[in-house]
Amino acid sequence: MDYKDYYKIMGVDKTATQDEIKRAYRKLARKYHPDVSKETDAELRFKEVGEAYEALKDPEKRAAYDQLGENWKAGQDFNPPPDWDAGFEFNGGGYTEGNAADFSDFFESLFGRGASAGSAGYQHAGYQAKGEDHHAKVLIDLEDAFQGGSRSITLQSPELDNTGHVVTKQRTLNVKIPKGVKQGQRIRLSGQGSPGMGDAPAGDLYLEIGFNPHAIYRVDGHDIYLDLPITPWEAALGASIKTPTPTGTIDLKIAKGTISGRKLRLKAKGIPGKTPGDLYVIPQITLPPADTDVAIELYKKMEQELAYNPRSKLGV
Amino acid sequence: MTQTTLNGILLDEHTELTLNDLCRACSTSAEWVIELVSEGVLEPVNYQQTQWRFTDVNMQKAQTAARLQRDLGINIAGIALALELLDEVETLQAQLNCLGLNDE
Repeated sequence: MDYKDYYKIMGVDKTATQDEIKRAYRKLARKYHPDVSKETDAELRFKEVGEAYEALKDPEKRAAYDQLGENWKAGQDFNPPPDWDAGFEFNGGGYTEGNAADFSDFFESLFGRGASAGSAGYQHAGYQAKGEDHHAKVLIDLEDAFQGGSRSITLQSPELDNTGHVVTKQRTLNVKIPKGVKQGQRIRLSGQGSPGMGDAPAGDLYLEIGFNPHAIYRVDGHDIYLDLPITPWEAALGASIKTPTPTGTIDLKIAKGTISGRKLRLKAKGIPGKTPGDLYVIPQITLPPADTDVAIELYKKMEQELAYNPRSKLGV
Repeated sequence: MTQTTLNGILLDEHTELTLNDLCRACSTSAEWVIELVSEGVLEPVNYQQTQWRFTDVNMQKAQTAARLQRDLGINIAGIALALELLDEVETLQAQLNCLGLNDE
């Protein structure tokens, strides 16, 4: 078990006042809240901060934690010295911001699981006997949204074992990905959440769909975007161009005088569904390099024979 | 290892949830949901009728709202504002993404 430096996690001095600790917590909680933050480790950081605050906001726990001494470094292997908490009383009641189930072994070895039994988390409160719902994200490939498919996902969830200890259980589920899913949409798996209390049914598992980045396509809702490189002569003269789409290569007509970046919409070629999305092709005119005599000659010829000033609107 | 493939329900704009479903999913009270509706955060598909129905988008919003309130102590008006801004950020990020400008 690693020693955790709660002051460092909170970014405050050991001499910080309770008020400073509270303010630091509020700030960090907003910054790392998983619903707000886009950082990948936000959830982890949020839990860490919640745990640090749980230890430091209560003057008794904080004093006991301080008592552990100055010599511990974060990450160092830690076992609480015997009687370290002698003379401290943890009543453990009252409002707590964190979800006690998320606290680390380090926290539990110091303050025990009961120390935060007063958790005000909605899930634990009250009369409800149905199991807790679980939420998870699953990343799929764009192709899965077109063809449908199945994904094997591994979930970790804390559960109570026979002796009443919390263990992290891993389970693997095979889930069917229906055709036509879009970014952010959810799949509900009935009865795959936490077991219910008594005879009550288990909670549900909600899977939120996300897409792995694709090598050539970008996804927005039901719509798909593709950058299509074209030559200057294809753009100027018009052409029929072989274009990839998620359902296979097509011949795309490019109009005479096509401009870079002007979207071409291919109706209903996006993600399928009751209202299928569209595929947007964005032509990008690319210049052939002038790296051979022939190419240089051609560019020079254009320079001499085409009276073209792209800067005429700039007045020069 | 043999494993059965689970068939879930795809939640979309056609999925309809009752007030009760929504309360249970957020572990909250009907009063709290009604407050979110009157703040304009949630919009039942049939606002005029007595038996409200909600889409999954509303449920996601309500769940986020519940987490924001629990974890950050934000009140309903603050939640409404935060959700609107989060929506806007998401839209802008999607637009950046479509322009190929997102370095993520």
